[in-house]
Amino acid sequence: MSSLLLRPRQQPVLLVLIVLITLALFALPLLSFAANRLVSGQPLPLWQVTNSALLLLPLVWLWQGLWWPPRRISAVTLLLAAEVLLALLIWLAGAQASELANNGSPLARTAFGSGLWCAAALTLLLAAEAVRQITRSTPWRIVLNLQIWLLPLALLLSGHLDRLSLMKEYANRTAVFDAAFTQHLWLLGGTLLPTVLIGLPLGLAIARRPRWQNAAFSVLNLIQTVPSVALFGLLIAPLAGLVAHFPLLARWGISGIGIAPALIALVLYALLPLVRSVVAGLQQVPQEVRETARAMGMSAWQQFWHAELPLALPVWLSGLRVVVVQTVGLAVVAALIGAGGFGAIVFQGLLSSALDLVLLGVIPVVALAVIFDALLRLLSALLERRHD
Amino acid sequence: MIEFHQVSKVFAGKEAIRNLSLKIEKGSFTVLIGTSGSGKSTTLKMINRLVEHDSGEIRFAGEPIERMDARALRRRIGYAIQSIGLFPHWNVAKNIGTVPSLLGWPQAKINQRVDELLALLNLDRHLATRMPHQLSGGQQQRVGVARALAADPELLLMDEPFGALDPVNRLALQHEMLRIQKMSGRTVVLVTHDIDEALTLADQLVLMDGGEIVQQGRPIDLLTQPVNDFAREFFGRSELGVRLLALGRAGNAARRGEWLDVEPIAESLTLREALSQFIARRTDKLPVIDQHQQPLGVLHFSDLLRQREAS
Repeated sequence: MSSLLLRPRQQPVLLVLIVLITLALFALPLLSFAANRLVSGQPLPLWQVTNSALLLLPLVWLWQGLWWPPRRISAVTLLLAAEVLLALLIWLAGAQASELANNGSPLARTAFGSGLWCAAALTLLLAAEAVRQITRSTPWRIVLNLQIWLLPLALLLSGHLDRLSLMKEYANRTAVFDAAFTQHLWLLGGTLLPTVLIGLPLGLAIARRPRWQNAAFSVLNLIQTVPSVALFGLLIAPLAGLVAHFPLLARWGISGIGIAPALIALVLYALLPLVRSVVAGLQQVPQEVRETARAMGMSAWQQFWHAELPLALPVWLSGLRVVVVQTVGLAVVAALIGAGGFGAIVFQGLLSSALDLVLLGVIPVVALAVIFDALLRLLSALLERRHD
Repeated sequence: MIEFHQVSKVFAGKEAIRNLSLKIEKGSFTVLIGTSGSGKSTTLKMINRLVEHDSGEIRFAGEPIERMDARALRRRIGYAIQSIGLFPHWNVAKNIGTVPSLLGWPQAKINQRVDELLALLNLDRHLATRMPHQLSGGQQQRVGVARALAADPELLLMDEPFGALDPVNRLALQHEMLRIQKMSGRTVVLVTHDIDEALTLADQLVLMDGGEIVQQGRPIDLLTQPVNDFAREFFGRSELGVRLLALGRAGNAARRGEWLDVEPIAESLTLREALSQFIARRTDKLPVIDQHQQPLGVLHFSDLLRQREAS
């Protein structure tokens, strides 16, 4: 008996996650169903969803996994079970939506319920924990975490999910969505380029000058404390004034609202994390490495290129990662001053109380942040590996 | 090789080096010793201009160093420090080849030089592709020394190079250094605060205190004729006897033509180590063999008392 209890005790994280997943599936509504877009949805629990018995397969699989010996193969099996569970949840939702749409009115709306959201999120955590146990190599962990999305992505592209209310919203607004996507990427790129062009030289300049550092960081910290909505608003008046005095600016497309103040505010916010990482990256280069580089007759440029840059780069990349994730998120708020992007969809949804529309704006923002984060992590992990 | 002529250096209003004059002969092994803050490291770093002197003159091979290009000067001088300062993102071979590649040597020549140096420092050839963090402390320090020797510098500067090593590795590397220095006839300037290390390595010993030279000369002179109380205290009254013994070699003191059939000691053993053998083996006579394992003579316990001028 005690040996039967041993494994779950050794794996408290897995045990808690699997218990919570089970609770979410059985105690919370898996889906929600509404006759049309305007009325609020009715909860649809697990046992009313067609074919939901299929879920028992990965669920039993997970529970049983708690007693497997702590080997890599057990973790791989757990990861597979989690992936099957996630894909199955999404597939069931898509199938149920098609069925309800075919049997009832074409206006019917089927959406993910709280049970499905919670179970999916917990399953992802479980998968991440399994990945952590499978390998210690950061690049492999990132790749394994990304491949979890292959099956859901295939379901999405196959059209199986088209009858879900979220996808119906998308179908109604394809052009708006695509424009928002492009605009969001422009906001990101338009923020990153000036941020790097300003932040990198600034960081390099102040890295060895403590007094300048205090001054620069005081200013940047102050900017960071201004709430984003306020900063976007604050920029409207001065920019409008500038344009009134210099009409040429207006011809370049600059005005008090729109993309110009949005980019300025996003760059101002992005500078602090970037400059901080540039300074921190240079400061963690060991003093003795610098001294020997100099003592061996390297020029200032050679010291930077051969010793400081390669050792500081991983830290700089992690700073850039923070900047990217932060900018992707903040750009949503920039929609308030007319900068467009996914924020426009989010706010439209909020104002019309259409939750599906809000999700249509939020999900791609989260996805973008996660993808860029993973890619930059992968890059810096590969850089670090070169040193091992 | 190097001449300091009334050199001074001021750090933040405080005189770190005061009116220092010093001559380092070509091919000598000079050790700068003193307490921390005595200015020994600063003196060393002034030679390759990591620290610029304020007044006086320093000549390297007859030429005032302030008139030489700092980078060209540094590439003629090897440099090794206690914390080693290997580049963590470069493998061993690339670390060792740093100065040669700065000097623009062809890659084939650099590779050949790296192989030579690995052999010289008793490092395995397969270590060439390892990264510094994969090496033990002793191996890292050997790589540090190999890197300092890479471009065959006229002068080697070492700032407490063995300070972070365990006693076994430290002793091994000290002997290694002596062997390399004797073999190549290279000039070495080494900074340490370890008296026994200084006595083992130096043929010229410079005792510093408060930015000034207290006394310089052969180790035996500093031990037997200290100029003042500081020098006397520094080398330790209580340990003076054994330190004097450490300057003599068993081979020089042994009585030729005698032999004993018990386990012999090597001629390269210091008399201090021989003393330890006498006590441990409870004997007063030890046979000594030369480097070819041939009988050389017998060392008597009483010989230890006669070996004052042996070094």
